[in-house]
Amino acid sequence: MAAPSSRGPALSLRVVAECGLSKARACELRLPHGPVLSPVFMPVGTQGTMKGITARQLEGLGCRICLGNTYHLGMRPGPELIKQANGLHGFMNWQQNLLTDSGGFQMVSLVELSEVTEEGVRFQSPYNGEEILLTPEKSIEIQNTLGSDIMMQLDDVVSSTVTGPRVEEAMYRSIRWLDRCIAANSKPDEQNLFAIIQGGLDPALRTKCLEEMTQRDVPGFAIGGLSGGEAKDHFWRMVTLSTDHLPRGKPRYLMGVGYATDLVVCVALGCDMFDCVFPTRTARFGSALVPWGSLPVKNKQFAKDFRPIDENCDCPTCRRYSRAFLHALVRSETVAMHLLTVHNIAYQLNLMRSIRESIVEQRFPQFVRDFMRTMYGSQERYPPWAVEALASVNITLE
Amino acid sequence: MTCRTLSRPGKRDAHAREAAGASQDVDTACQLTRMKLSLSKVVSGCRLGTLTNLGKNGVQTMELPGCLLYTKTGSPPHLTHDTLQAIKGVPAIVQLTLSTLVELHEVLEEYKEGIGKFIGMPESVLYCSLHDPGSPCPPGYNNNKTVSIWGYGGRMEMTASKFMSMQRALQPDWFQCLSDGDTISGETSRKRAKKSVDRSLFFLDECLQLQEKSPELQDSVMVGVIEGGDMLEERLRSARETAKRPVGGFLLDGFQGQAMAKETKLKLMASVTAELPEDKPRLIHGIGKPDEVLECIERGVDMFESSFPYQVTERGCALSFSYDYNPDPEAAVIKQNGIQDAGKNGTEKGINETSKADPEITSFEIFLKEKRYRDDFGPLVHGCTCYCCRNHSRAYVHHLLVTNELLAGVLLMMHNFQHYFSFFHSIRDALRDDRLDQLKKLIFRQAL
Repeated sequence: MAAPSSRGPALSLRVVAECGLSKARACELRLPHGPVLSPVFMPVGTQGTMKGITARQLEGLGCRICLGNTYHLGMRPGPELIKQANGLHGFMNWQQNLLTDSGGFQMVSLVELSEVTEEGVRFQSPYNGEEILLTPEKSIEIQNTLGSDIMMQLDDVVSSTVTGPRVEEAMYRSIRWLDRCIAANSKPDEQNLFAIIQGGLDPALRTKCLEEMTQRDVPGFAIGGLSGGEAKDHFWRMVTLSTDHLPRGKPRYLMGVGYATDLVVCVALGCDMFDCVFPTRTARFGSALVPWGSLPVKNKQFAKDFRPIDENCDCPTCRRYSRAFLHALVRSETVAMHLLTVHNIAYQLNLMRSIRESIVEQRFPQFVRDFMRTMYGSQERYPPWAVEALASVNITLE
Repeated sequence: MTCRTLSRPGKRDAHAREAAGASQDVDTACQLTRMKLSLSKVVSGCRLGTLTNLGKNGVQTMELPGCLLYTKTGSPPHLTHDTLQAIKGVPAIVQLTLSTLVELHEVLEEYKEGIGKFIGMPESVLYCSLHDPGSPCPPGYNNNKTVSIWGYGGRMEMTASKFMSMQRALQPDWFQCLSDGDTISGETSRKRAKKSVDRSLFFLDECLQLQEKSPELQDSVMVGVIEGGDMLEERLRSARETAKRPVGGFLLDGFQGQAMAKETKLKLMASVTAELPEDKPRLIHGIGKPDEVLECIERGVDMFESSFPYQVTERGCALSFSYDYNPDPEAAVIKQNGIQDAGKNGTEKGINETSKADPEITSFEIFLKEKRYRDDFGPLVHGCTCYCCRNHSRAYVHHLLVTNELLAGVLLMMHNFQHYFSFFHSIRDALRDDRLDQLKKLIFRQAL
């Protein structure tokens, strides 16, 4: 049901347009389950579902690629069952593209008792206490079973706030693990394996990692180890350093980034793909994303506000429901979360669509200026790191 | 249209007398009374018919016997407009519950445009009931002046005037009149039963008077409430007295719960409906199991609500009973499978220690959290055309339940609603084709 329609390279990238000033670019990615236009935001459907909205609704919003988490799916329902269901596409009945992570990140962040060795990550299953060893080979084996269009290498993840020799060790280990992942991929013509650039916040380590990894024949690169609580000043410098070294003909995926400002800035720095749980998570906490920030509809001030979340939004939620009704629902009804999730995904996808159009039409710098003005009102409220990052790629915010 | 076919002559006459000479007002009188019930058949107590001229525009219809669309806080549980649209056979009439909306009183007063537009259902016919049939309220809180309802913020006392003020803010097409139905706890004395009738008639008269003075409610139909606990003479008195008033329909209240013996319930229902005029619909709340629905229909009840499929959803179950009383040979095999599945619930319940089964689970549903559905790639019900069954497997829904994912409730609600609405469709088909006995046999076999 969900098998790729044609053989050939599992991924190709065509640069459709490039910004004349910054590193921003609009591309078309060809993947086994259809084309994806970038820059693209990929919503996260951790356990084979997009948080209460149906696959049809997600498709209807224009989503052409979303994430599944290997760690969660590997635990429940487990790769064997997903194999019987013709892969994750079949199991969740999602006809569009899927990206799966390696499972390593969750192990380090969710499981207290985990230990990293050269062999892999050893941890105890939180469900049955069983000891499990996740090796690069095992991660790829599971992802091959899941059948995702894009797979991520297992990397040695260290928190972006850690410094010292551990960062270097993790970077070199991630390179060795990349080679083991490439060798382990049993379906290179159907499933694309992305490398993950590590190296913490150290420019020298990042550069070394970039040098090594770009020598490998992988279809795409991710920028990893960021977005974990480090200072934004360090964050953007590591991003721009990475895109400077990454080949033009391959997609660049910035992991874990999803705040609107971060998306706009990092597109300017040359990134193509993004994912983040924030838009869907904040929806479940009763907040709607709007061009001027966020709207906590759970707050009392919206009880008698009969306007839609955003008068200029034409998502199914804004077309039919008011802030006041959402406010009334949010207290007791799950449907409030679904309506906010729909809106927030629509917001993210529309933002990326507008960014893309502006790049194609050669007016991206002006888009960025308008975006910042709407988001922050006056210049003194612009985050300094964003101003600096944009200036580094010749976009000044007058 | 003429005013001769009106179902509320008393109301119209009173209004017309007051408004004599003002043609515009006479038109309004016409408007408010134009809902019409046409019975096409009555077979051994069961009424097959159509309600026409419903809603603000008077263009909607509803087939009887039928059910209302259950909502909480003005939304079908778990469903957005999009997911609701994907369900086939959604009832024309939406049931709102005052208890889940009472805290919006002030908001709706300020909004002024009525609850239908507020909840994003401006095109629906709206009926407002007093309580949420999905959550029974504790006994002992009503008195001669007030009836207690339980909102999210706790208990709230409703006087007739507060109640009508709330209705003015809601502007529903139909609403259940304020009534004292606190007779279902099982220890109801004759005196208490009599009181429930007296109070409810008093509330009815008071509400009718207030409605006369409410321009916002001139298009709304009031549903009179029959009380009286398990006392036959009180039930009859309640039915006769309520029928004398200009109400648009009748709610048979106080039959929820298990305290009253089933035989008593059914006898009382039959006696009550015998006293009611033929041309007005009879509603019941809190009775939703398929076998019990059929028993009520045989006693002349027309309209049910759909909190039963919601409760089935909330306990992680899918309705799986067959209502195809006239199956083709191929489908018969499949249906048999469905029945076997349902039958297994009881015997295998204890096997899976990881998933706690709700003791309320009936033989009309399957508990999808059970381990045996883990690798079951079939649909919830073979042959079902709902969104869930067309797109997803039992194994997927099992996974969603096990991982506490919100989509489980969405998919199960879609399936359970469509299954339940189709059951009512099947009842009407069976009545029309004189095959109700076959349907009854089929349903009662599965009730065991």
